[in-house]
Amino acid sequence: MRKIFLLVAFSLILVISVNAQNDALTLVTHDSFAISEAVLEQFSQDTGIQIEILRVGDAGILVNQSVLSAGNPLGDVLFGVDNTFLTRALNADLFVPYQSPNLEFVNEEFLLDPEHRVTPIDYGDVCLNYDVGYFAESGLAVPTSLEQLTEPDYNGLLAVQNPATSSPGLAFLLATIAVFGDEDDPDGYGYLDYWQELMANDVYISDGWTDAYYGQFSGSAGSEGDRPLVVSYASSPPAEVYFAEDANANAPTAAITAENTCFRQVEFAGILSGTDNLEAAQQWIDFMLSPVFQADMPLNMFVFPVNSTVEVPEVFAENMTIPDLPVTMDIDEIDANRERWIQTWTETILR
Amino acid sequence: MTKSYSGRVLKAALWSVPLLFLALFFIYPLGSILALSLAPDGTLNLSGFNTVITTPYYLKIFAFTVFQAGLSTVLTLTFALPCAYVFARYAFHGKSLLLALSILPFVLPTVVVAAAFSALVGGNGILNEALMSLFNLSEPPLQLERTLTLVLIAHIFYNYPIALRIIAAYWSNQNPHLDEAAKTLGVHGYRLWWRIYLPRLRPAILAAAALVFVFTFTSFGIVLILGGPQYATLEVEIYRQAVGVFNLQVAAALSLLQIGFMLIVMLVYTRLQRRMYTVRDGLQAARTVARPPRTMREKLFIAANLSFMIFLLFAPLAALLIRSLTVGSDSLSLRNYGLLATNPRGSVLFAPPLEAIGNSLVIALAAMVCAAFIGVIAVFMIARRRSRFAVWLDPLLMLPLATSAVTLGFGYIIALDEPPLNLRSSLLLLPLAHALVAIPFVVRSVLPAKEAISLSVYEAAQSLGASPATTLRRIDFPLISRALIVGATFAFTVSIGEFGATAFLARPESPTIPIVIYRLLGQPGIANYGQALAMSSILLLVCAVSFLLIERFRTLTTGDF
Repeated sequence: MRKIFLLVAFSLILVISVNAQNDALTLVTHDSFAISEAVLEQFSQDTGIQIEILRVGDAGILVNQSVLSAGNPLGDVLFGVDNTFLTRALNADLFVPYQSPNLEFVNEEFLLDPEHRVTPIDYGDVCLNYDVGYFAESGLAVPTSLEQLTEPDYNGLLAVQNPATSSPGLAFLLATIAVFGDEDDPDGYGYLDYWQELMANDVYISDGWTDAYYGQFSGSAGSEGDRPLVVSYASSPPAEVYFAEDANANAPTAAITAENTCFRQVEFAGILSGTDNLEAAQQWIDFMLSPVFQADMPLNMFVFPVNSTVEVPEVFAENMTIPDLPVTMDIDEIDANRERWIQTWTETILR
Repeated sequence: MTKSYSGRVLKAALWSVPLLFLALFFIYPLGSILALSLAPDGTLNLSGFNTVITTPYYLKIFAFTVFQAGLSTVLTLTFALPCAYVFARYAFHGKSLLLALSILPFVLPTVVVAAAFSALVGGNGILNEALMSLFNLSEPPLQLERTLTLVLIAHIFYNYPIALRIIAAYWSNQNPHLDEAAKTLGVHGYRLWWRIYLPRLRPAILAAAALVFVFTFTSFGIVLILGGPQYATLEVEIYRQAVGVFNLQVAAALSLLQIGFMLIVMLVYTRLQRRMYTVRDGLQAARTVARPPRTMREKLFIAANLSFMIFLLFAPLAALLIRSLTVGSDSLSLRNYGLLATNPRGSVLFAPPLEAIGNSLVIALAAMVCAAFIGVIAVFMIARRRSRFAVWLDPLLMLPLATSAVTLGFGYIIALDEPPLNLRSSLLLLPLAHALVAIPFVVRSVLPAKEAISLSVYEAAQSLGASPATTLRRIDFPLISRALIVGATFAFTVSIGEFGATAFLARPESPTIPIVIYRLLGQPGIANYGQALAMSSILLLVCAVSFLLIERFRTLTTGDF
């Protein structure tokens, strides 16, 4: 009994004493963040700055927790807020503006915040993925527009994610809104009409990406599902090849990148106000835009570099298509409507 | 009995531990986030409550939450009771092994369980294919996907171990003479259950029911994944409001509704528990209570119950194990396990499986010791004390289990952010948060055992001159040990399999097993999926070994009472 008591007392003391401050730069990010050890080491060697990585749930939780801890942030730099949630972070005054010199290599389409409170780091397209084998065998045409998904031929073939709980789900909802329009016009055809037709065509709405991709989709080599169409990323097919048992195999899946079917997500990093490591934070932002980091991202996070001087790895180049004309939406329009869209969608489609 | 001054100080210090713990890691963060949500600029804004009360949808969600939790509880107990009887009253080969392993389902992350269920009862799952080829059917006969039935089956799968272990542990030390007497007097069949067994077991049954109810009331992953988006519990809706829509007012109102309702349920439960007459006719060593089956009927009864239990609990686990060996290869192979140890991209965040296992074990052990220690103190405070204070402490300790993980996670972020309590990104927050959720399991397991100890035993000890410490060591500890092990095992399990709260807390790079599983499941590609299945199987294995060790520890320290 006494032993147990001492043990507990000891751990309680530990709790209180462990809060020793260190001067490493803390990067607050989401669960999908990944980076090669060699790349991180290079940064530390070049600058003498140690990086500590702190991870906080998914992208939605990351943004909300940062908003809640505004002014007394968890770290110095935040990475992982995308254009669908960006305004929520900007409105809360989370960031110290910083214009990195490396922005000169970044295409203008990614510079969504003219005040440079956030810096674009990578982008990825949320696209329909299909089971190559299924469409080859059945002779069914691979859909090339969102409209086609409501046709009887595609009844029961599609799995999507709930926009209220999933980041690709929200991106897909935004794509349908951009294509079919808001509900404002009572006589016209809007996104809700489209979704009702999707529902009538037996679409499967899953809570998150994992269940849709591994539980419902039939294309991924190991998955348990039987639906040949799923909402995922344009980078998923190269990932399938990269993680296949046989490195020379053809991709079992492919992305549909036809005009007006994909939604482009851009991910940003920002220096959190309240940091006492401003200079180191700026160096880290510069580094994230540098060719070393940008070239490391694709195979670690399966996203594309925003730095236009950087080439993607071979497995990407061979197995992917980048949509020429993805759907985009103004961040202020997303800001003004995001919560209403999610609520209305939930009320009309799910209930 | 004279008490020394230092003894009283020690006692007061000990008693303040559960209260301090609860205040620091539950009430303070919860209060902070509720205050921030309901009064963002200092003035109280009750619009969230208005929305919740005036929107029929929220009331529907509330009704559904209560309905499915109630149904799950009744079903779980109905299925678990006969099996608990088998474990308490009969001796047979492999009993302790089977009992120790029965907690395994409880440890698996919901995404993995959902995948296991799909592999088993899905449209082209093992069961459907077997039935189709057996009866020459063209359509899969089991159409369970996205039904309430599947949610209930999963809830029974998860919670059956809770009911089985708590009731069997209590029953194992109950004197069987009363049952024998009743049988001699001609009480048989359902009347034996209704008049003799159930009334005697009521404390344990109610304790198990309370835990199962709270657990299914706050069900999140199971309802989301297996039930689909048309079903929502309060927990699911709070998550949608807090994360998706970031409407903290509504999220806070729903959280308060959830907590308030649970508090009422727990108060009713505590009252009920107290007013009940408990038969205290002397506890007995478990091995003298259990006997080998004698008649054919008894053997059949045991065989039927064990088959049901093995099928319910182990079929999904077996499906998982088999998939981990077959995904990504044509024959059985350990390829996925081998891949776990490789890091082809040289990622910083790569954790070798052994490191993840080590992290998980350390955190789970810390959470278990912490929960067991605080839980036992709480039991001694609550047991037999009819003070107003004790009546409140018990329900209060249950509340963390009934509180939405995202609400509490946000609470930690805004409350524990100043030295000396800047724990937001501390590694210690994980075992502490896990212990908070695990304490109810310790209390619910140990309290019935502690209350079943006859007062005359204490009187006898006192009259023989035993000091309070001796009484504790020689009487209380042996008599509650079986229940304490059950509670501690659950605490360990809650921690090692926990992902919900973990996901809402910031954490430096020291992944646990569930975190590795989720990370793998977050990326496309067969190698990732195969490795996730392999890691889940490793989680099962680690837990199985731990349970056996814990069980062994108990028999070594207290004998097989």
